[in-house]
Amino acid sequence: MLSPSWLLAALPAADPPRADWVEAGFGLYLHWPFCQSKCPYCDFNSHVAASIDQPRWAAAFAAGIARVAARTEGRVLRSVYFGGGTPSLMAPETVAAVLDTVRAMWPVANDWEVTLEANPTSVEAGRFAGYREAGVNRLSLGVQALNDDDLRQLGRRHTAAEAVHAFEIARATFERVSFDLIYARQDQSLVRWQAELDRALALAIDHLSLYQLTIEPGTAFGARFAAGGLRGLPDEDLAADMYDATLERCATAGLDAYEVSNFARSGAESQHNMLYWNGGDYAGIGPGAHGRLTLAGTRHATVSPSAPEIWLQATEADAPAAMVWEPLSGQERAEEYLMMGLRVRQGISLARAQAMGVDPGLSQRIFDASQDGLLEIDGDRVRATARGRLLLNALLRNLLVGESCG
Amino acid sequence: MTDLDHIRNFSIVAHIDHGKSTLADRLIQLTGTVAERDMKEQMLDAMDIERERGITIKANAVRIDYPARNGKTYVLNLIDTPGHVDFAYEVSRSMRAVEGSLLVVDATQGVEAQTLANVYTALDAGHEIVPVLNKIDLPASEPDRIKAQIEDVIGLDASEAIEISAKTGVGIPEVLEAIVHRLPAPTGERDAPLKAMLVDSWYDSYLGVVVMVRIMDGVMRKGDQIRMMQTGAKYGIDKLAVLRPQMTDIAELGPGEIGVLTASIKLVRDTRVGDTITHDKKPCAEPLPGFKPSQPVVFCGLFPVDNAEFEDLRDAIEKLALNDASFSYEMETSAALGFGFRCGFLGLLHLEVIRDRIEREYDIDLITTAPSVVYKIHLRDGTELELHNPADMPDPATIDHIDEPRIIATIMVPDEYLGDVLKLCQDRRGIQQDLTYAGSRAMVVYDLPLNEVVFDFHDRLKSVTKGYASFDYHLSGYRTDNLVKMSILVNDEPVDALSMMVHRDRADARGRLMCEKLKDLIPRHMFKIPIQAAIGGRVIARETLSAMRKDVTAKCYGGDATRKKKLLEKQKAGKKKMRQFGKVDIPQEAFINALKMDG
Ligand SMILES: Nc1nc2c(ncn2[C@@H]2O[C@H](COP(=O)(O)OP(=O)(O)OP(=O)(O)O)[C@@H](O)[C@H]2O)c(=O)[nH]1
Ligand SMILES: C[S@@+](CC[C@H](N)C(=O)[O-])C[C@H]1O[C@@H](n2cnc3c(N)ncnc32)[C@H](O)[C@@H]1O
Ligand code: SF4
Ligand SMILES: [Mg+2]
Repeated sequence: MLSPSWLLAALPAADPPRADWVEAGFGLYLHWPFCQSKCPYCDFNSHVAASIDQPRWAAAFAAGIARVAARTEGRVLRSVYFGGGTPSLMAPETVAAVLDTVRAMWPVANDWEVTLEANPTSVEAGRFAGYREAGVNRLSLGVQALNDDDLRQLGRRHTAAEAVHAFEIARATFERVSFDLIYARQDQSLVRWQAELDRALALAIDHLSLYQLTIEPGTAFGARFAAGGLRGLPDEDLAADMYDATLERCATAGLDAYEVSNFARSGAESQHNMLYWNGGDYAGIGPGAHGRLTLAGTRHATVSPSAPEIWLQATEADAPAAMVWEPLSGQERAEEYLMMGLRVRQGISLARAQAMGVDPGLSQRIFDASQDGLLEIDGDRVRATARGRLLLNALLRNLLVGESCG
Repeated sequence: MTDLDHIRNFSIVAHIDHGKSTLADRLIQLTGTVAERDMKEQMLDAMDIERERGITIKANAVRIDYPARNGKTYVLNLIDTPGHVDFAYEVSRSMRAVEGSLLVVDATQGVEAQTLANVYTALDAGHEIVPVLNKIDLPASEPDRIKAQIEDVIGLDASEAIEISAKTGVGIPEVLEAIVHRLPAPTGERDAPLKAMLVDSWYDSYLGVVVMVRIMDGVMRKGDQIRMMQTGAKYGIDKLAVLRPQMTDIAELGPGEIGVLTASIKLVRDTRVGDTITHDKKPCAEPLPGFKPSQPVVFCGLFPVDNAEFEDLRDAIEKLALNDASFSYEMETSAALGFGFRCGFLGLLHLEVIRDRIEREYDIDLITTAPSVVYKIHLRDGTELELHNPADMPDPATIDHIDEPRIIATIMVPDEYLGDVLKLCQDRRGIQQDLTYAGSRAMVVYDLPLNEVVFDFHDRLKSVTKGYASFDYHLSGYRTDNLVKMSILVNDEPVDALSMMVHRDRADARGRLMCEKLKDLIPRHMFKIPIQAAIGGRVIARETLSAMRKDVTAKCYGGDATRKKKLLEKQKAGKKKMRQFGKVDIPQEAFINALKMDG
């Protein structure tokens, strides 16, 4: 039988750590904090504003980008992601101004990926061409559901027909399009979800994000749930069955579960998101945006104020509070690498994790988890098995805190 | 000092929630004892836990000056008492210090079990009783019907019952007048040697031990050398005060007066409620008869979740015991749980209150083991032992027979629910003693095993009667029965903290219910877990907790890494609230909740 000492002996001697941006790339996340209304399940940093001074925002984004660029000069930028909030409320000129700044600051890869998150209403679909013009080459649509009752229940401002129409326009406009669905909704049966998923797969799709509804504290759903409302949510067994059915349906349609909730045809994976899961470097610009940047061999976490007006003022004043840098210890870096890396199909490199500085007990725990059928060890790669992926939080609790299964 | 004619001492008694503390508020307010801006609701309920649960746990005294309509000013000493049956002892003790009672009856609810129990205690103490009908502001109140009920059920003249609303203040002036004119003044000899009753004592972090006294004869002054007649301990009085409700110094206390003293007493245990205090040099001839001490009836183990907190737990328990003489404790060790304490309580509410206070005020997470009553085990060799903890049960082969404690329960219930109540009592091995009617309300008296009542009987009673039944009980003695120890095995390992004594005929049903409950209370693990109940080596019930199937965050992107890490930290902290038995984590609430037999 394999033993952990064997496992360690079989590994190549750890090289000096390579910077994460060399290892897994460098990207930029930009946060647009506004929405037309607040969805009851959503705990993203999103705000409803009466009016938005777009040129002022464009200028602030440019200032924020320039400041990070000054510390990361010369890196090749692989991807940009406009996330929100609702970035499809940005004027195409604002998007163009941001991308112009980006191109002026860093060398960009020939095949860089520029994604924008869009809500599928007709008004927003009218701006798709403008985004394409500005340089966006991938659109991620928040469809959420394909039936109107559930869309209403989720507080969405579009119908299923509108969403499908927006998808068709997007398909005709961008090289790559993905959409999001939220399932495990109130009173949703397994059969109904399967039928809805089949309709989604029947569209000309090569990438889907399929999220089980999470009840987040601090949201309208969170409050209703805490007060004993929101009945009819699936229990653990139904949720697991729904997940299994999702894997099975997507696999049949040729979409691989390359991450816990992300499905793609080979080559259609989101490059930007892969960078997060593979522990790459990314700049985070905008209210509440997070970044991870390696400077002089030390990985840093960056955070910005989440209130839009405060972020604007701090950025315009060039105040240090506009982006706070915190160094991460080797242990923290390794923990994040495991948390993120075990979500994806290809898993993590044990040598890389060890070079970051994991505690000595980790290889034993990895070995134990492999014996329990939760992890799979393949040379230097450690991956979650299908069962391990579905139990990832419990597995991580054991790996990172070294306590028994629970 | 006030002359006897101008003093009235009384307690406010009622069934739980009938409005005692709110009435006390109004009396304090109307007499201007507390400035308007300092008033708050149920202001005598000062403990956090009292305010949170909206109930009174500890009796509280206040001294009020009342200028009556006859032009004279009276000193009124009122004692607000708890309504819950667990604290009945507190009520009876308070009543010994006063001459009269205001019997509050909720005019929407009528006479309930504790109303009756309180009347009997008040009559025992020789009290005058003034009935007060409260909550007449509510449309559902029926003062006339309730008056008739008071006469029928209690046999008390209700023609002069006062109709009030403690909420709006209606009728409060009449209550004050009735206190003066219908309750007797105390008696006593100012010139006789000092004879004072030790009514209560508690620990104050600034003042140390504070003793509440009621002067029967003589005069007590600051600086006096006093002696406790039972314990023989001698002290010098450092401080003499009255409660308004905050402490206000006073030069002397004369006959009929109620006040507090401090005297550099180290431990509350050195003061014995019911003891007689006299002057050391010139003692009184006869001590007062004293009180019957309270008896803890429910025992359980309290263990820190984190073994390193044992010393903190000891400290917390000692401090709480200072304030609560009815709570007992001794050290206990358990293979699975480490060091802790076996504690005795007056009932389950009392247990929960103490446990909450330890967790909250001392920030210690606790494991509470299955509560148990005290069994008397008679061994074949003729010896008898008291079993406080099922884990200590001797080898059954050495046992001749086991006696269990029984109670007499009085339940008042509208007759449409009577059938459910009788069934509940029958299910709990009750023997009916009496059944009488007063209008549409029935009064049933049952002889029940304490063990069947202590944990959840009250909750069940409330739920089968939609809250319309009320309940009171007192211990009646011991009786031999067919009792066995039931063990619980989780993942094939016995968990001592869950073992319990049960009646043999009820063991299978209890075992099944325990296993089902535990299946809900223990979170799923990554492997499946058998849960079994056994008597001796024989398994009588079994459930299987299936393995966890899904626990993964749906969304995790760049901004979520930090959040996710926090979540893991939180889960890690959550795990701390559990205790590991073999490979299984059992949450701390499971130990007590598994015993509740609802559902
Ligand atoms: N409407 C109305 N509500 C009242 C009145 N008196 C008291 N209440 C309410 O009844 C509830 C119980 O009142 P308390 O004064 O705490 O009752 P208690 O008898 O001291 O209760 P315990 O100490 O727990 O036995 C509270 O919610 C009060 O606000 C009244 O005259 N009218
Ligand atoms: C940044 S959000 C919203 C993007 C865009 N504003 C929209 O609403 O379409 C990205 C995706 O997260 C998913 N999401 C948000 N809150 C969620 C929750 N509580 N549970 C599951 N998925 C959620 C939705 O599918 C959403 O499209
Ligand atoms: S789900 Fe999208 S549209 Fe809805 S509030 Fe969140 S970010 Fe805005
Ligand atoms: Mg009260």
